[in-house]
Amino acid sequence: METTTTNFLLAGVGGQGTLLASDIVAEVGLHTGLDVKKSEVHGMSQRGGAVTSHVRWGTRVASPLCEMGKVDFFIAQEMLEALRWLAYLKPGGTIVLNKQRWVPISTTYGQDIYPAEEHVMATVSGRAGKVLALDAIAISEELGNRRAANSVLLGALSTHLDTAVEEWLAVIEKNVPQKHKEVNRQCFLAGREGDWSYKK
Amino acid sequence: MKTLMSGNEAIARGAWEAGTKVAAAYPGTPSTEILQNVALYKDIYSEWSANEKVALDLAIGAAYAGQRAMAAMKHVGLNVASESLFYSSYTGLNAGLVIISADDPGMHSSQNEQDNRHFARFAKVPMLEPTDSQEAKDYVRLAFDLSEQFDTPVLIRTTTRTSHAKSAVELTDRAGVEKRPYVKNPSKYAMIPGFAKMRHPVVEERMKKLKQWAEESDVNSIEPGDHSIGIIACGAAYQYAREVFPTASFLKLGMVWPLPEGKIREFASQVEKVYVVEELDPFIEENVRQLGIAVEGKSIFPILDELSPERVRQSAVKAGLLPAEANGGALDVGPLAKRPPVLCAGCGHRDVFWILRKMKVTVNSDIGCYALGVMPPLDATDTIGCMGASIGVAMGMRIAGLETSNVAVLGDSTFFHAGLPALADAVYNQTPVVTIVVDNRTTGMTGHQGNPGSGRTLHGKGKDIDIAAVARGMGVNHVVSVDARDLKDVEKIIREAVKLNEPSVIVIHSICVFEEHHNREEYTIIAEDCNGCTLCFRIGCPAISKSEELDAKSQRPKAWIEPSLCVGCGLCFDVCAHQAIEPGREKVPA
Repeated sequence: METTTTNFLLAGVGGQGTLLASDIVAEVGLHTGLDVKKSEVHGMSQRGGAVTSHVRWGTRVASPLCEMGKVDFFIAQEMLEALRWLAYLKPGGTIVLNKQRWVPISTTYGQDIYPAEEHVMATVSGRAGKVLALDAIAISEELGNRRAANSVLLGALSTHLDTAVEEWLAVIEKNVPQKHKEVNRQCFLAGREGDWSYKK
Repeated sequence: MKTLMSGNEAIARGAWEAGTKVAAAYPGTPSTEILQNVALYKDIYSEWSANEKVALDLAIGAAYAGQRAMAAMKHVGLNVASESLFYSSYTGLNAGLVIISADDPGMHSSQNEQDNRHFARFAKVPMLEPTDSQEAKDYVRLAFDLSEQFDTPVLIRTTTRTSHAKSAVELTDRAGVEKRPYVKNPSKYAMIPGFAKMRHPVVEERMKKLKQWAEESDVNSIEPGDHSIGIIACGAAYQYAREVFPTASFLKLGMVWPLPEGKIREFASQVEKVYVVEELDPFIEENVRQLGIAVEGKSIFPILDELSPERVRQSAVKAGLLPAEANGGALDVGPLAKRPPVLCAGCGHRDVFWILRKMKVTVNSDIGCYALGVMPPLDATDTIGCMGASIGVAMGMRIAGLETSNVAVLGDSTFFHAGLPALADAVYNQTPVVTIVVDNRTTGMTGHQGNPGSGRTLHGKGKDIDIAAVARGMGVNHVVSVDARDLKDVEKIIREAVKLNEPSVIVIHSICVFEEHHNREEYTIIAEDCNGCTLCFRIGCPAISKSEELDAKSQRPKAWIEPSLCVGCGLCFDVCAHQAIEPGREKVPA
């Protein structure tokens, strides 16, 4: 039962729309005729906790969870979370990194320290073969809605996958409210257009 | 065209396709979305029940009356409903009854990781366990057929990874299922000892027949492969094992109770060594060992926590079953700041726990968002057990002569779920317990479902029940209502209550920011007045962090309120000792 799979991990903070973004990645895979599984955990409805979602595309997918060290594409919506889940990325894999800082309260009341940007960039560059680093919130804000930041990240991701732009746009438009369709479309295209490669 | 569905969506779809007429549940992670999705099918009566026992009794009643019925709950919910599971095992049903138990290995959102496969054996009922969403849907239909064929409730066990994982599902139409007429039959449905005695042999006989069915059914299937390793697995663990041992021989068990002994023996005879890969307890392993088969399971794969592909692989590598791989494993990324779940910015529970911590009372808390009052920096809570335990535990501590004052704290939904009998006990025995109901008029932790306190049902408008009136009606003389934002009043009222020599109830209205607004713009730090005293850091608000700017004298970082996160509750303003916070403007109602 050996099959090839493409593994995605999305990681962010509760409230960043990790689950919706991963639903889109999963549906795109299904649309292109692949078997798809995804896994995440719901339930702690409070905003502010760490959230991950695993998505796998393949001819036949068994586990809904990616195996540590075998993720091909890691979409990190926040810099601390990029570090937290980096071990899932395979050496030489691709990371799409949103350069957002979302400071957890453990750094406010306690002794925990939010990592310096230089440390984050050096560490992810040490693991990944390709680092795409961008400020998706600034880009989406400029295009009219900071809540469409994930579409920018998906746009950047899509340039590294052999899937038609129309497939992505169709799934995104299906999953966002009518009035936000256009801004999400623009954000996705903006994510595709920029050169976000981070040079060590 | 296949549809991507979570296990919970698939179970709801399966219930619809199986012609289910009645479904009931109390919300609980990871089961909650089952009923939320059942509610989308208008030809099923569905409800949020006050608790899991009521949900199951209701489903049993519907099945007695001749309609296919389902009850869904999280693993610990089945503890609450277990008495009903046991009697329905004896009575059997008329139409089919399916009970979903969604277990939570790894305790993503639970107080324990009990393995509910034991309930199947304990209550002598069959249990199916799907490995993905397609099976989740198909097994619901199968479970109804089994329930009617063998006159038994049927349990379906999912785990967080089958409940919340999504995979492709082939949909079919709803089956036309006729209502079965109800025929009065007390010797079957009324379990007085004399009648129950007659039902027990029926139950034993039924399990024998189900065992035979398990032998013959293809839900338990041998998947031949390399003969050196034979793996018996079920549920999510089957998928991980399939991933990690792509060429091994498998016995996949879709029915985890009763077990197909003949098929297990047959499988064991085909392979050199039998391993069981299962999450949590050695349930299958011990049963296989009892057959006299040499088997390894928990000596290799951990009993604690949920499994994952890497945990299965690492365990297998350690046991010498697989060669080590170079690319997996740990990676040193330096120290990582923790990011635990926190009470939302503006959550009214924060005000209450701030006061309780300040008062240094012992807090016997309960299950819900407000359980987060135990976390630093609030750190206000002493005990949390299970739904409704707060009041009973608080009474026991008080009666035992606790050195400090103590209070029970529970939410509105929890109060109706399991708080009522405990409060009745307090009144009846006149135990001077202080019961604080933090009433935000929603079942927050599981995603803001309605409850009897809010009167909002699964479908919209029901009738709300006034908690203070319930307490008065039960005979509590001292019942006070207060708004969580009136910190001084909250403190004064609690101080009075702990001195009383009779039971008291304090209903604290606290805003859930998903349901209500504080009607203020964001608050801001007045940087020149802030000296970095850290007092506002200690309320644990996710909108407040250390700014880059240091106080010249103390060299401590000043506070910063992130405007995109602040919802204007004003607790930081109330605790600030230096008037260094500017309140947000009141929002003008539109």
